Amino acid sequence: MANASLASGLKAVDAPAPMSSNQRRFWRKLRGERKAMIGIVIVIVLAVVAVLGPFLAPYDPDADDFDLFSPPSMDHPLGTDSFGRDILSRMLSGTQVSFTVGISVALLSLVVGVTLGLVAGYFGGWLDSLISRFLDLLWAFPEIILAVGMVAVFGAGIRNIIIAVALAYVDDFARVVRAEVLRLREEEYSLAARAMGASHARIMLRHILPNTLAPIIVQATFAVGLGILAESGLTFLGLGVSPSTPTWGLILNEGRDFIQRAWWISVFPGLAIMITVLGLNLLGDGLRDTLDVKGVNEAA
Amino acid sequence: MTQYIIRRLVHSVLIVWGCATLVFFLIRAIPGDPVIQMLGPEYTPEAADALRERLGLDESVFTQYFRWMGNLLQGDLGSSITGAETVNSAILSGLPKTMSIALMAFLIATAIAIPTGVLAALKRNSFADFVVSFVAFLGVSMPSFWFGIILILIFAVQLGWLPSLGYASIAEEGFVEWIKHLILPSLAIGAGYAAILMRFVRAGLLEAMSSDYIRTARSKGMTEKRVVIAHGLRNSLIPVVTIAGIQVALLLSGTVVIETVFSIRGIGRLLVGAIFDQDYPMVQGAILVVAVIFVFANLFVDILYTLLDPRIKYG
Repeated sequence: MANASLASGLKAVDAPAPMSSNQRRFWRKLRGERKAMIGIVIVIVLAVVAVLGPFLAPYDPDADDFDLFSPPSMDHPLGTDSFGRDILSRMLSGTQVSFTVGISVALLSLVVGVTLGLVAGYFGGWLDSLISRFLDLLWAFPEIILAVGMVAVFGAGIRNIIIAVALAYVDDFARVVRAEVLRLREEEYSLAARAMGASHARIMLRHILPNTLAPIIVQATFAVGLGILAESGLTFLGLGVSPSTPTWGLILNEGRDFIQRAWWISVFPGLAIMITVLGLNLLGDGLRDTLDVKGVNEAA
Repeated sequence: MTQYIIRRLVHSVLIVWGCATLVFFLIRAIPGDPVIQMLGPEYTPEAADALRERLGLDESVFTQYFRWMGNLLQGDLGSSITGAETVNSAILSGLPKTMSIALMAFLIATAIAIPTGVLAALKRNSFADFVVSFVAFLGVSMPSFWFGIILILIFAVQLGWLPSLGYASIAEEGFVEWIKHLILPSLAIGAGYAAILMRFVRAGLLEAMSSDYIRTARSKGMTEKRVVIAHGLRNSLIPVVTIAGIQVALLLSGTVVIETVFSIRGIGRLLVGAIFDQDYPMVQGAILVVAVIFVFANLFVDILYTLLDPRIKYG
C-alpha cells in the first residue's frame, strides 16, 4: 500500500504534468453541472467569433454604401443602420472590442484587488486599516457612478473606460481575498512556512494565494460579464469609446434615436450583450457550485 | 443596541466625509482650466482672473477644500457653472424623480421576486423552477437600458398603453400620471433586481424549509400554507433584507442610466449632463448625493437587520 503510493508519487514526478486527482475531480464535477456546460459553450462560441469576427463579417464594418435603415434581410441578416452600414458586420467586429474590454477589466481589477486583499489580510495592523478604509470608500460609490466620475476626470476612450470600470470592481476582489487570507494565514502550513524562515512574499505567493484561487476564479468570471455590461452602459451614456470603434454599446446607442423606425439597430446588439453576459454568469455560477465557493458575488 | 447604532452612524459619517474629500480632489485633478471653459469666447486674461477670484479658485487647494467643506456642512453644494441655478436646487428637483423610480423599481422587484422565489423553492427542480431560474438568469444578464428601450418599443410605441418619455410630478399631474410615467423605467431596472432577489428568496426558503422548526410545525398539524408563510418565508426573509441593502447601489446605478433612456431629469441625468458641460460643482454635488443616499440606506438596512433577527449580536 505504502509502496504503491510511493510508486505513484514517483511516477507523478516523471510524468509530463499529469492532471492531479483534484483537477480530475474538478473537471468531472464541472461536466456534471449543466449550467456551467451551457455557459462554457456560449463563451467558447463567442470567443471564436471575437477572434474570427473580422473574417466572418460579410462586409466592411465601415462601408456605408448600402440603403439606410434596411430591415433584416438575406443580404443584411441584421439590417443596416442610419448611415447604411451592415449591422452584422459591425457587431462582429465589435465582439472583439467587447471581449477585450471585459477581460481587461476583470484582469486589472483582479490584479489590483487581489494584491490589496492579500497585503491587507496578511499584514493586518495599520496597513489593513488603511486599505480597508480605501475599500470602504470605493464601496460607497455605486459602480457605474464611480466609473462615470472617473471618466469625467480622465476623459473617455477605451483605456480610461477599462481603468474606470476595473477600479469600480476592485473592492469585490479585495474583500473576498482578504477574508480568505485572514483565515489561511493562521493555518498550520502558513505557520510552518513562517517557522522555517520563509519570506513574507514567499508565504503570500506560494502558500496563501494558491488557496484563494477558487473564489478569485469565480469572481473573475462574473467580472468579465460585469465589465462588458459596464462598458455598454458608459458608451450608451455617451461617455464610452470613441464613435470610430463599433462596440455593441455604441451600436445600441446609435440606434436609440431611430427606435420607432428601425428597431433592429438597437435590439440586436442588446441581445448580443445579454447572451454573452448570460454565458459568463452561467459559467460563473456553475464554477461556484463546483468549487464550492460561498459568498462570492451575490449579484449573479 | 443604542451603542451599536451610534458606532455605525459615526462610521457612515466618516465614509461620507471620505467620499466628499475624494470627490473634491478627483475633480481638481481634471486637466484643463475650468475658467477658460466657462468663459468660452469671452475669454480675456483679465476676465479669467476676475472670475477666478469670484469663484475663489485663486486660493490654495486647501483653502478651497476647507471652504467647500464648511459650505457642505451647512448644506450648500455651491452653484452651477453653466446654469443660473444652484446645485442644491437642481438636486432638489432631481431627487424626487430618482427616488420615485428607485422606490417603484424596488416595489416591482419585490412583487415579482417573492412569489416566483417561493414557487421555485416549493416546486424545486420542477419545470416551473427551471423556467423561473432561467428567466432570472436572463434578467441579471441584460443591460437595463436595453430592456428599457424594448419596453418603450412594446408598451409605448406598439401598444400605446404607457408614455415613453418624461416624468409626471405627483403634485401637479396627479397620482395616476405619476405611476404611469414610472412603470416602464422602474420595470427596466426592477427586472434585474427582481432576478437577484428571487434567487435569494428561493435559496433562503429552501434552507429554512429543511430546518427543524419546520418539521415541528408540520408535526403539530399546521397546514402547509401556514408552515410556509409563518415559518419558512418569515425566516428566509432575513438574508433577503441584507441583499436589499447591498442592492440599493444597483437601483441607484440603474436609475442613472435609465433616466437617460426615458429623458427624465433626475440625479443621473443631471450628473451625465454636468459631465458633458464640465460643470464640476454639479458633478461633485450629484456624485456626493448618490454616495450619501447609498451609505445611509445601508446603515438603515443594517439596523433593520439586527432588529429583525434577535440572534444577531451588535458586534
